Amino acid sequence: MIPDTYSQPVDPDLIACLDCDLLQRIPLLEPGASACCPRCGKELCRSRDDVKHRTLPLLLAAASLYAIAISSPMLGISAVGREASTTVFGGAEQLWRDGREAVAALVLFTAVVAPALQIAFVLAMEFAGRRQEPPRWVRTLLRHHVLTKTWSMIEVMMLGVLVALIKISELATVIPGAAMYALGVLIFLLAAIQSSFDPRAIWDRVEWAEVRRAGSAVQNEATP
Amino acid sequence: MSQAAANAMALGLQSCETCMLLTRPAAGAHEGRCPRCGSETHFRKPASLQRTAALVVAAAICYIPANLLPVMNTTTSSGSETDTILQGVVLLWSPTGWPLALIVLFASVMIPSAKILALGYLLVTVQRGSVRNSGQRVRLYRIVELIGRWSMVDVFVATFTAALVQLQPLMSIAPGPGLVFFAAVVVLTMLAAESFDPRLIWDPSSEQEADDV
Ligand SMILES: [Zn+2]
Ligand SMILES: [Zn+2]
Repeated sequence: MIPDTYSQPVDPDLIACLDCDLLQRIPLLEPGASACCPRCGKELCRSRDDVKHRTLPLLLAAASLYAIAISSPMLGISAVGREASTTVFGGAEQLWRDGREAVAALVLFTAVVAPALQIAFVLAMEFAGRRQEPPRWVRTLLRHHVLTKTWSMIEVMMLGVLVALIKISELATVIPGAAMYALGVLIFLLAAIQSSFDPRAIWDRVEWAEVRRAGSAVQNEATP
Repeated sequence: MSQAAANAMALGLQSCETCMLLTRPAAGAHEGRCPRCGSETHFRKPASLQRTAALVVAAAICYIPANLLPVMNTTTSSGSETDTILQGVVLLWSPTGWPLALIVLFASVMIPSAKILALGYLLVTVQRGSVRNSGQRVRLYRIVELIGRWSMVDVFVATFTAALVQLQPLMSIAPGPGLVFFAAVVVLTMLAAESFDPRLIWDPSSEQEADDV
């Protein structure tokens, strides 16, 4: 149950560590420096040196590599004169056909849906969040951004594909597909994007939820 | 200057877990609503210990069939054969394949069991109000959060192996029932780590300091 009334904001320079609740003042940071909690060592904030211009090309590259990674063959096999290949979707489909629907859904979610949302959210926030007054939906995206990061498992899938490749190579000739190379580069791109994306800078500029509500409340009172 | 650490909760303040804005909820209320992002704010994650404990127990239960039931069924013209996770590691073990066998052993056997044990340890120490090794315990929690996802490796291995090796009637590989339990262990431990509130680790020591003053 979310309370109807908004909480009162306190001093904007004060924050409490999310890992130990220690109240502290955010120091002024040099570009590229980060502030850590003195009690538990959690990184509280990092000041990014001007990386804004780098994020957009990285994002576009990541989006195209993602498209290649999910649409082209991941691994191919050639044995006894027969050839076959599979994509990420093919893998999930086979699981489904074998009666492991829940696992198929999990694979689709962690390997296809969550990475797509991760890239799309950051891309949308890059476009809209740069404006002086970011639109309201940016708040919703920012709120779910952490979740997409947690469940996007591109790098884990890469390792899984490598292990599968070596395993099968003892039975048949395995041919790495284009998707595997795309995945390999995508991992580094996503890591670079996450380290240059600064949610704090956007939070500092979003219109407060409470401001809109207070505005409409005043209007309601004015028209009894 | 006083060395007593000021806890936000002791001063009646909550920090938003989404945007980190520090706010004061309505008088007497335990929950608030962040005026910036609109998320619900709490002093501590609601029912954190109960929820984490329930998820850890569920994960521990699923961990047993995950290791005993086969994750892969191989059918060849000469018959069929099933492999559990550990048997899969043994099969991978060869003069050239041992680094991979180690990776799979680490990701599928060590990480899930270490996660269950670590979360259990954190739950017990918080429940007992332990004030010792708080720094180490919060670091342990961060490791659990960080490495949990890597257990999914075996799920992806089984997915791609089964999708690729469909050379009927010569040979085909299908995922076994163990895989479902194994995937459940991964998801349940990840959810358990998410529902644990690391601030609980520090609460007993903060209370002690407050008493000393
Ligand atoms: Zn801290
Ligand atoms: Zn907030």
